[in-house]
Amino acid sequence: MCAAQAPTPGAAAGGKRRQVGPEAMKILIPIKRVVDANVRVRIRSDGSGVETEHLKMAMNPFDEIAVEEAIRMKEAGSAEDLVAVSIGGPRTPETLRTALAMGADRAVHVLVEGEVQPLEVAKLLRAVVEREQPRLVLMGKQAIDDDSNQTPQMLAALLGWAQATYASRIRLEGEELEVAREVDEGIEVVRVRLPAVVSVDLRLNEPRYASLPNIMKAKRKPVATLTPAELGVDVTPRLVYTRFEEPPGRKAGVKVASVQELVEKLQAEGVFG
Amino acid sequence: MSALVLAQHDGGRLEAATLNTVTAAGKLAEAVDVLVAGRAVEQVAREAARVAGVRRVITAEADHLAHPMAEDLAPLVVQQAEPYTHLLAPATTFGKNVMPRVAALLDVAQISDIVEVLGPDRFRRYIYAGNVLTTVESRDAKKVITVRTTAFPPAQAEGGAAEMVAVEAPPATGLARFVGREVHRSERPELTSARFVVSGGRGLGSKENFRLVEELADALGAAVGASRAAVDAGFAPNDWQVGQTGKIVAPELYIAVGISGAIQHLAGMKDSKIIVAINKDEEAPIFQVADYGLVADLFKAVPELTEAIRKLKANPGA
Repeated sequence: MCAAQAPTPGAAAGGKRRQVGPEAMKILIPIKRVVDANVRVRIRSDGSGVETEHLKMAMNPFDEIAVEEAIRMKEAGSAEDLVAVSIGGPRTPETLRTALAMGADRAVHVLVEGEVQPLEVAKLLRAVVEREQPRLVLMGKQAIDDDSNQTPQMLAALLGWAQATYASRIRLEGEELEVAREVDEGIEVVRVRLPAVVSVDLRLNEPRYASLPNIMKAKRKPVATLTPAELGVDVTPRLVYTRFEEPPGRKAGVKVASVQELVEKLQAEGVFG
Repeated sequence: MSALVLAQHDGGRLEAATLNTVTAAGKLAEAVDVLVAGRAVEQVAREAARVAGVRRVITAEADHLAHPMAEDLAPLVVQQAEPYTHLLAPATTFGKNVMPRVAALLDVAQISDIVEVLGPDRFRRYIYAGNVLTTVESRDAKKVITVRTTAFPPAQAEGGAAEMVAVEAPPATGLARFVGREVHRSERPELTSARFVVSGGRGLGSKENFRLVEELADALGAAVGASRAAVDAGFAPNDWQVGQTGKIVAPELYIAVGISGAIQHLAGMKDSKIIVAINKDEEAPIFQVADYGLVADLFKAVPELTEAIRKLKANPGA
């Protein structure tokens, strides 16, 4: 479990030594390549799925926040080896390069064609955790494509680790993390023992943009490739999505000219009675 | 077929979301049981036993269950899971936190945030921020499910007479502990189950101006919501956020004030019965889903609307 004994190819690749605290840890940051948040997806004409070919892709926004948080922990001297990992097709390394350009030290690409569902993602990540031995896994709370919100909790379960989901503040306190969580009732503060999985929410930080020199530097950072077979994980989906439809649409209604008219319309709808 | 619902409660009362989840469970199984976990939750268990359609209430009391920590709740649900075909919880931050941990321990996939039950193993759920409605089939022997509460009516809180049993919870894992909660106490209705919701966006411009939204809400007896932009800007607390990653609401009346209508926001409110939008930008996407749109300066229109509603309430015949 000790980060200092784990192999750190990132350091071997020629990064400058930085001052690290005694508890400086390795952090694994799982990221997902998704359709850019500003692009509206279309359903295939035969209803067999969502058309994602030729669309602008990006790192899942929540995962960007996780990458940023890991970098800040490294800058503060509490982390030293930041490993980004992503599961996906042959273009996934493009997204990993974004994490490297932001400041991750190295990356692992688990090459899988086709759909991989949260439980299988969690199993692949568990296998990567077993190889890398991080003390912390930091990841987005959900992916904006399937909106499942499962993988961090599943990974924590499979590892038998603590989970702190929906983090809006993270503080390292010795062998524990104090995490403020965004919950329906407000903010909940928990303490989790390390190693742990932390899933991050929107207001944890504002991710940085990679600078041009860092984008150039990222091209020389190592990206290892693994396969599910090497990790010993069967990635056959357990859920079968049989139909994809446009949701029932809402038609735009009418414009009212005044507050008075609005009140009359709402009265006619019986809202106040 | 039998289903187990993991109850959400605050230690003293059953949360409304539990009732919606019981309804979803009733569409899946003839027998619906409810698991109440906590420190001293007899009152909650009795309340659960009165819910119509519940067969049995299983109570697990332990000091380490005083707060709903997933690390300690998941092993309890797994311990009780054996006889059930379906395990359900509401898709609130409570259920979303615990159930994937349960699913992984049972080695089954989870079906998140279902909006419809088509059969014992077929469900509908949204992906891509509500832009795509999917039908999904589970081949797992046990189904672990979270339920979008706005998509199912609440079960009757009274009328049931469930059997009550107590079980012993697995020991504490010691992995995590609760430190505290910063809860924004409010006399207003709860956002996800309110009849009326008034939400404010970036257009309000400041936390002070957000008061206009709150005053309108109070005149109406509405809950207050906010767009992500307004929460990010610090105008409103996080638990007011309506949208893809915040709360999902479907009130009778939703009034969006100074909200442009990003896809992520629409995902959280477009099932509202009547949508009213007040925005000075007539091109704002919110108008494409609004039943009634008012293109106006919100700083004039909202106080005027608040006043009109106050008058109406004071003198309903007028």
